[in-house]
Amino acid sequence: MALVLDQDQALLRSTATQFARERLPVANLRRLRDTGDATGFDRDAWREMADLGWTGMLIPEPLGGNGFGHFGLGLVLEALGRTLAASPLLSTVVLSGTALTHASDAEPARNLLRQIAAGETVLALAHEEHPRHRPLAIATTARRDGEGYVLNGRKRFVIDGHVAETLLVVARTAGADDDPRGLSLFLLDGATPGISRHRLSLADSRNSADVQLSDVRVDRTALLGEAGAAGPVLERVLDVGRILLSAEMLGAAQQAFETTLEYLKQRQQFGVPIGSFQALQHRAVQMYTEIELARSVLHAALTALDEDGGADVPRQATVCKACVNDTFHLVSNEAVQMHGGIGMTDQVDVGLYLKRARVAEATLGTAAFHRERYATLQGF
Amino acid sequence: MSELDRFRDDVRAWIAANYPPSLREPLRVDSPDTPWGGRKTRYANPDVQVWMDRMAAKGWSTPEWQPEHGGAGLTPEHARVLREELAAAGCRPPVISFGLMMLAPVLHEFASEEQRRHFLPPIARGEIRWCQGYSEPGAGSDLAGLKTRAEDLGDHYLVNGQKIWTSYADQADWIFCLVRTNPESKHGGISFLLIDMASPGIEVRPIQLISGKSPFCEVFLTDVRVPKQNLVGKPGEGWKIAKRLLQHERASISTHLQTGLGGSPAGRPLAELARSYAGERDGRIADAHLRDAVARHEMRSEAIALTLRRVQEESGKQGPSALSSITKSLGAQHNKDKHELMVEILSLAGTAWDGAPFTDEEVEVCRQWLRSKGNSIEGGTSEIQTNIVAKQVLGLPD
Repeated sequence: MALVLDQDQALLRSTATQFARERLPVANLRRLRDTGDATGFDRDAWREMADLGWTGMLIPEPLGGNGFGHFGLGLVLEALGRTLAASPLLSTVVLSGTALTHASDAEPARNLLRQIAAGETVLALAHEEHPRHRPLAIATTARRDGEGYVLNGRKRFVIDGHVAETLLVVARTAGADDDPRGLSLFLLDGATPGISRHRLSLADSRNSADVQLSDVRVDRTALLGEAGAAGPVLERVLDVGRILLSAEMLGAAQQAFETTLEYLKQRQQFGVPIGSFQALQHRAVQMYTEIELARSVLHAALTALDEDGGADVPRQATVCKACVNDTFHLVSNEAVQMHGGIGMTDQVDVGLYLKRARVAEATLGTAAFHRERYATLQGF
Repeated sequence: MSELDRFRDDVRAWIAANYPPSLREPLRVDSPDTPWGGRKTRYANPDVQVWMDRMAAKGWSTPEWQPEHGGAGLTPEHARVLREELAAAGCRPPVISFGLMMLAPVLHEFASEEQRRHFLPPIARGEIRWCQGYSEPGAGSDLAGLKTRAEDLGDHYLVNGQKIWTSYADQADWIFCLVRTNPESKHGGISFLLIDMASPGIEVRPIQLISGKSPFCEVFLTDVRVPKQNLVGKPGEGWKIAKRLLQHERASISTHLQTGLGGSPAGRPLAELARSYAGERDGRIADAHLRDAVARHEMRSEAIALTLRRVQEESGKQGPSALSSITKSLGAQHNKDKHELMVEILSLAGTAWDGAPFTDEEVEVCRQWLRSKGNSIEGGTSEIQTNIVAKQVLGLPD
């Protein structure tokens, strides 16, 4: 397992870091927020990301991807995380792309993967039904109706849900709440009658939407893979999502830390830089330490996605998300505190990192969720 | 077959013929069979000495050292093959000693060739056991404030003073000592001196810790005559050597603390400990708080283990890693946390000091919990370590 970057990876990271800094600086997120941008991300930049090959990293070459792998995409997301860059990489490439790859090798799925690789479409995984991450608490139903299905339910906090052209909906074809069996994946055109979408306004100004499904009628080709077989697929999708979201979060934590460290060196009080105070120095070292621990765990998890047959991925994903959650939580809080009064203003960026931290922490499982999951996986 | 492959075959055959079967079980922490070496050390299992001698005869306890220094002069590739084969066969290290981990690296860097030929081979062969004369009653975190005086009397130094926290001073044959050769200059007046513990004027007193017995001692030096050829480097270069040695010490403490990533003193995983003391419900630890705490601890163990591996990988590729400066205090805190968690799991049984009806494991949990408090003090307090990282790694101002 490589915990240290090789040359190709280092180059990719520097390209992505430069792209984030020049094309999608934090000012870009502010602009999207302040103008009330209807899309919620920069479509030109999205096309450029596709040109750079980032949308095809998880997709094999025959389907138009480049197979660079999860580690590569993790480096990209980490770089984008530094500037809080909004893009459909998580919703479309990571979550939906992984779902399509694992759920079905039929033509509709392959065709969508080609479109994802080309950066031509945005998809969203409509999965969660609660503010707290409860992956199996699916009450949305898909009832057989002649040759097709009728879907009913309410999906919540769907990332890029209001702009996605296609929705991947997790629905129950059998079983009760919290039962991993009986879950199925459906591919829905966003314009299908009965779907109503409501964009949410969350603290981090990133895309999230509620999706109401009211008697949505689809034919049987909308079903991805076998009915009732989506449980294991979903687990894999969520684990890949947890690890790659962690990559974005680590980049953001790293940037918040560096910004704060700079401030400690510059800000003068009592005639000296505040960074000369031991109380602040030790807390800065604490942040540095936690970030480095998180980086080790993230690299191991990304490597496991690319190299491991999958057996250890659930555990690694859970360790990774819990560790990165705690790290970003600490760093985002300390960043505001160490900036003092100015850290409370909208004018400086640290508050934006704090807001992103909490949304990302709760997305795909809080640290407490993952500690409980870890205990389950380890049998205690 | 390449030459390296042939070497691998030879090593494998030699290990099969020479590794004592009685050492198959892995070495436990603080085992009486820890191969410290030296004239005074006695092992529960005599095969520890047999293995040490056989490896020493091949020069394989320090394979990359030159033969005149007690090594085998192997190339890094051959040494790697040797290490791989030893690891694959589950061999214990032939020698574990302060001489090897701390003193030898600075002898290689700072000593004269004559000194290297004199002092390194007995370290490699485990013949001489060293202890570390650094801290003094008045010089702990402010180590450079040390007062033990070495007076230049022509052909020898006359040493007077006191050292404290000297681990295994009562078991050691020699001591590497920081002494003051110049009272006028704080850092620049320190020298690095090697002293035979059998010299007249040396008295050793063991220290009892909060955990009970301990390897720590006080060392009193009264008019001890030390030949001048035992000075390493030039007079006044001691601080530079001392700091380098501390890096090696902290690295070896970090490695040692990895053993603290595991379970109870009896080798039981924390989850099992929690099950047996807090009970089970539906096959799980009944107490949700303990379950969460064990999960948190194990995840952090993994993060630390991965980080230590990354430090090694980075050091291999890019030279000394900045990360290594955090591993000592990180490992120290984690080990302390582990022992606190064990006491919490055992609750009153975790405060078992001695005797029936308590199990050995319970008494060890209690004793090691107390002993672990020293982890963030010895070898440089975590506060001092953190100061170093703040300034040297993060570039924060004085």
